[in-house]
Amino acid sequence: MHATESLREADRLMTICNACRYCEGLCAVFPAMEMRRTFAAGDLNYIANLCHQCGACYPDCQYSPPHEFNVNIPAAMAKLRNDSYAAYAWPRAFAGAFARNGLTVTLLAAAGLAGFIVGFVAWADPAALFSAQAGDFYKVMPHNAMVAVFGAAALYAVAAFWFSLRAFWRDINAGAPPAGLAAFARAVADTMHLTYLHGGGGGCASESDAPSPARRIFHHFTFYGFLFCFAATSVATVYHYGFGWRAPYALASVPVVLGIIGGLGLLVGPAGLFLLSRRRDPALVDGARTDMNTAFIAMLFLVSLTGFALMGLRDTAAMGVLLAVHLGLVLGLFLSLPYGKFVHGLYRFLALVKYAAERKQGKFVE
Amino acid sequence: MPFNETFDVVVLGGGNAALCAAIVAARAGARVIVLEGAPRFYRGGNTRHTRNLRCSHDGTAPTMTGPYDQQEFLDDLYRVTGGQTDKALAELTVARSRELIGFMNEQGVRFQPPLGGTLSLGKTNAFFLGGGRGMLNTLYRRAESFGVTCLYEAPVIALDIQDGVFVSATIKYEGGEQKVRGKALVAAAGGFEANVEWLKQYWGEAADNFLIRGTPYNRGDVLRMLLDKGVAPVGDPTQCHAVAIDARAPKFDGGIATRLDSVVFGIMVNREAKRFYDEGEDTWPKRYAIWGRLVAQQPGQIGYSIIDAKSIHMFMPSIFPAIQAQTIPELAGKLALDPAALEATVNEFNAAVKPGKFDHTVLDDCATSGLAINKTHWARKIDTPPYYAYPLRPGITFTYLGVRVNEEARMLLEGGRPSGNMFAAGEIMAGNVLGKGYLAGIGMTIGAVFGRLAGEGAAKHARN
Repeated sequence: MHATESLREADRLMTICNACRYCEGLCAVFPAMEMRRTFAAGDLNYIANLCHQCGACYPDCQYSPPHEFNVNIPAAMAKLRNDSYAAYAWPRAFAGAFARNGLTVTLLAAAGLAGFIVGFVAWADPAALFSAQAGDFYKVMPHNAMVAVFGAAALYAVAAFWFSLRAFWRDINAGAPPAGLAAFARAVADTMHLTYLHGGGGGCASESDAPSPARRIFHHFTFYGFLFCFAATSVATVYHYGFGWRAPYALASVPVVLGIIGGLGLLVGPAGLFLLSRRRDPALVDGARTDMNTAFIAMLFLVSLTGFALMGLRDTAAMGVLLAVHLGLVLGLFLSLPYGKFVHGLYRFLALVKYAAERKQGKFVE
Repeated sequence: MPFNETFDVVVLGGGNAALCAAIVAARAGARVIVLEGAPRFYRGGNTRHTRNLRCSHDGTAPTMTGPYDQQEFLDDLYRVTGGQTDKALAELTVARSRELIGFMNEQGVRFQPPLGGTLSLGKTNAFFLGGGRGMLNTLYRRAESFGVTCLYEAPVIALDIQDGVFVSATIKYEGGEQKVRGKALVAAAGGFEANVEWLKQYWGEAADNFLIRGTPYNRGDVLRMLLDKGVAPVGDPTQCHAVAIDARAPKFDGGIATRLDSVVFGIMVNREAKRFYDEGEDTWPKRYAIWGRLVAQQPGQIGYSIIDAKSIHMFMPSIFPAIQAQTIPELAGKLALDPAALEATVNEFNAAVKPGKFDHTVLDDCATSGLAINKTHWARKIDTPPYYAYPLRPGITFTYLGVRVNEEARMLLEGGRPSGNMFAAGEIMAGNVLGKGYLAGIGMTIGAVFGRLAGEGAAKHARN
């Protein structure tokens, strides 16, 4: 018997679904299920993270409520998935961050904001802070100080991811042969393409039983927006250390163009996802923890918005304060990455690696 | 509310056949209303539990292995019906089945290749992505996009039929009674498998112990009314398609997930712990369809499939866990069977098992000898604990009684005269084609082929 209610419910549903199998063409969840007869906790955590929450199986299901079998895979998997984030959280003491995620992220963002504003007021030259500096951020905050703060935050996030994902990977791979490079490549393709946010071809049955590609499209805006911003930062880092070219960069420079494209994605994507989430059938989600999604997309949206404000006003006297606000939000985002919705991408990626390996090695149970 | 106008086409029922008829009629310009007796969730009767349709094809269908030519399909149909089929309608069904994937694709229905457990049907059957309910949702969206009115919880309580011509249907709707008038009728309201009182006419009190695999709304009321108004019947009223399903399944609507395929791997005993039929007679799917009837003939309409640890992983996972014990008497105790009697049956069976090479994928040479009822294939000693059991009851899928139709899906009246404006499609007329037996996916084929014909015919009649 499983330890938690979400594991027990997922086990109950997988047993019903494995005797039915009508949804096997919709996504990866059901083929993964068909390779098993019984479901250990690791199996269920794997399958829950494989689920992309597209919702297609719910209107297709002959046993969804009000049927007495009460089969609701999207909601059950969402609950288990959110539980799994907490279960694998590092350090364990922070597992509760997922239960009160909106509050957690808000507090981290506020702390980041307050830290930068207080820090700027305390250490920066007041003349530099409240007057036009021709877009030179380093007059307000020295480059090395920025690197120290964000480097430390990033290192912490990487460490937290490493320990969490290692625990997850061990849990879902008990006794399985190792996944090869091909499985890794397959998972990258499935991630970039969002193969399983298709409902098997039609799209997400998000707002009604009519499938729609909207969620997948807005997720792409968000995901690629994030990647472009990451690329912008990476290129800027190479410019700085490799070539000694210091910011601010021209509007037509590679880092700024990448940043603008990414920033637009992070405005359009999160806004679209938020609007869709408001119209979503509440039966399909983990109702107690929807704030996790909202907090994450709100942070992405705000970081992008303040980034654009900073870019537009960087030559004015408002630059100093805007920089504090923007950097404060970025720091809040960094600190909340291991304890918020961001982790879904990492766990899902590993689940996709395992699924790609299994599809080669595994066998359907008949 | 749409009760003041006269519709071109009134469709009774809300499954695959009904929706195919409604879509075709609406596309031909007809004003169509669909009257579904069930609530929206349970709409579509048995269609919500289906998964695929059988169709002849040339092998180029992307989700199918193939080809499946018309002659092979016809041969399969003649074989399972033992000739109890209207040859002209059977040929029509098979010939028009070739158009169905194209037709369904046009409506937005998607297909998928079969994966685990159903690979054997990849050549003959096209699988709906997401199953029958997904297909049905798509058909409803399509019908509504053409302006078809769909009412739920709108059961028909009377039909005004004058000299074989449909005038109106009286329905219960939102607490009152309403008359829906139409120029043409399509009856696609299924069989009477959920009507236990009706089943009792043929099965007596035993019918109380039957489980119904579909919704409680498949009551056959429309079928009854049509027959009472002089439409010619077809099919044996006493016959129904019954498979043995897990006895722990709900009384109604357990659907596909309650099926069990453990029988061939062990022995089947009745309430007296006695075997009653050759468990190794035939391969799937034939064996699947005989055990419902066999169990229905046993006392209390219950049977117990007994297997051992060698076999527990040899069939599709079950929805309910097997009942498990370390010894046969202990297992008997858990099943409320006589321990001594079950042990004697198992011992007698084990002693009669001859050596052979076990292969459950073919009719192997593992058999018993010297028993009153021998097991002719896949006989292995039940000697490896833990021992497992599944209780089984008859699960009624559909009934064979229907209304007689011609090649236009037009109902035929007693005496053979075609009705002026009444058509039928789906399970309510499937007995014309499938007088006996079953072929996987044939119900959807008949429903779609005759649904399209009925929709065409009804729209045409309304126009003239």
